[in-house]
Amino acid sequence: MTRETAATQDARRGAFSSRLVFIFAAIGSAVGLGNIWRFPYVTYENGGGAFILPYLVALLTAGIPFLYLDYAMGNRYRGSAPLSFARMHRKAEFLGWWQTGICAVIAVYYAAIIGWSLRYMLLSVDKGWGEDPAQFFTGQFLQMADPASGVTLDFVPGILVPLVVVWIVVIAIMALGVQKGVGATSVIFIPVLVLAFLILVVQALLLPGAIDGLDALFTPNWAALGDTAVWAAAFGQIFFSLSIGFGIMITYASYTGRRTDMTGSGLVVGFANSGFELLCGIGVFAALGFMAQAQGVAVGEVVASGIGLAFVAFPTIISEAPAGAFLGVLFFASLILAGITSLVSILEVVISAIRDKFEMTRIGSTMVVSMPLAVVSIVLFGTTSTLTVLDIMDNFINKFGILLVAVVSMVVIVWVLRELPALASHLNAYGSIPVRGWWTVLISVFVPIVLGFILVQEFRSTLAKTYGGYPEWMVSVFGWGLAAAVIPIGILVAMVRWRPDTPTEIPARNMEAER
Amino acid sequence: MSGSAIAMMILAMAVLWGGLCLAIANLGRSKEGETPEVRRDL
Repeated sequence: MTRETAATQDARRGAFSSRLVFIFAAIGSAVGLGNIWRFPYVTYENGGGAFILPYLVALLTAGIPFLYLDYAMGNRYRGSAPLSFARMHRKAEFLGWWQTGICAVIAVYYAAIIGWSLRYMLLSVDKGWGEDPAQFFTGQFLQMADPASGVTLDFVPGILVPLVVVWIVVIAIMALGVQKGVGATSVIFIPVLVLAFLILVVQALLLPGAIDGLDALFTPNWAALGDTAVWAAAFGQIFFSLSIGFGIMITYASYTGRRTDMTGSGLVVGFANSGFELLCGIGVFAALGFMAQAQGVAVGEVVASGIGLAFVAFPTIISEAPAGAFLGVLFFASLILAGITSLVSILEVVISAIRDKFEMTRIGSTMVVSMPLAVVSIVLFGTTSTLTVLDIMDNFINKFGILLVAVVSMVVIVWVLRELPALASHLNAYGSIPVRGWWTVLISVFVPIVLGFILVQEFRSTLAKTYGGYPEWMVSVFGWGLAAAVIPIGILVAMVRWRPDTPTEIPARNMEAER
Repeated sequence: MSGSAIAMMILAMAVLWGGLCLAIANLGRSKEGETPEVRRDL
């Protein structure tokens, strides 16, 4: 490939204007809903303060090394996930489409949660959930149908309208392109998110009972360190939190300059993500400590995670806390900001892949990808069956989509294609932190074994009983079915020939520094 | 708060937030590298 051709390709694909924009975008992707509503609970449930040790080990031995692998791939092969895999080896392209398919599935339900947060931010002002937030959420708000009745088409205006608004905003961001849309959104949203959450944390710490919450979160249970499940939880938290292994970081790294310090940037992204998780843990448990004291119970009795924390526990706290409305607006605004920057990164994987494969314009690929996903999202998640479908899809696509494709991709890259030396050489060409034998050992042996262990555990526990007590056909279709379907679809799309202006050779300029 | 809880909280803050500061300082010492030649979306 000539220099002119490489530059032309960059021009067509778009790029971040600087390293700073790339870092903000990567942090925006990594910092998501899981930081706010998953990390505090996982920490509390897995040894409290003692969990910090396996968490740090997981960050340094698996999270950041895996981040480097994604960065090396995207930056060296300069393409979306499918194009990067195709440039690595033509027969590996389907792995990129598998990752792309997973992102498409996640985007469909992720938007729904942001829509709920938008509605709840407005409800926070006058505490519109009334005296019983739990009943309000499943009853008046979601108008949740009996899971046994399957998928309904009974639309609920209260969740449909915010969902449509979210899709309009996100499609507009995506249509603006890599720099003006994806990059600019993160550059603006991430500082605002950090500021909003800092204010929330300070306010939460001033509430009576906050110290009890922190005590519950950080009191170490050292015996937990002897439990393999605790270590698995730490590696799982780091893995799912960092947006690694399913195309996002490959795509973002392809939008950076060839001489970018990828290892130094990765270190900042990894620590920024974990640093924000810690902030979330402090804020959430300070608020839960207040809730426990107000209800006269132990903190352990009010601890919640995920949707239960955001849409039941926090509304309860907001109703009881002084200046609760302000706290509520800050909390749900944080969910919206973190959610949108993550959703944008998930969609970018799909848009970038379609653009590369079919040589489409930015607007064209945005519409071709986003409109069908928005329609499916609105039909599935604007109705009374939204919570059931969302819970099943989220559980299965995370465990048997993201985790499985990450393990398979890693094994293929390391043991089948034996690409690690070339990728290490690329990282070392301009990286401030040299990757040496330690990285090779971690990526080729340690991380696949750890993730493989978690995957097997998840398979065994999921097969033991029908997930969530939902109807088996729903679990089969929206759970196992969707997670499995993205694999053959990926293989089929990979069989489509690349257009002539998108060569599947490695851009020549990327090889210069490695020689 | 118990002494052990305070110690673990401080440890977490020191390692994660301190690590972030060190990572930023390290990145600041390395050169920006090339800016992508063109950043249009055609």
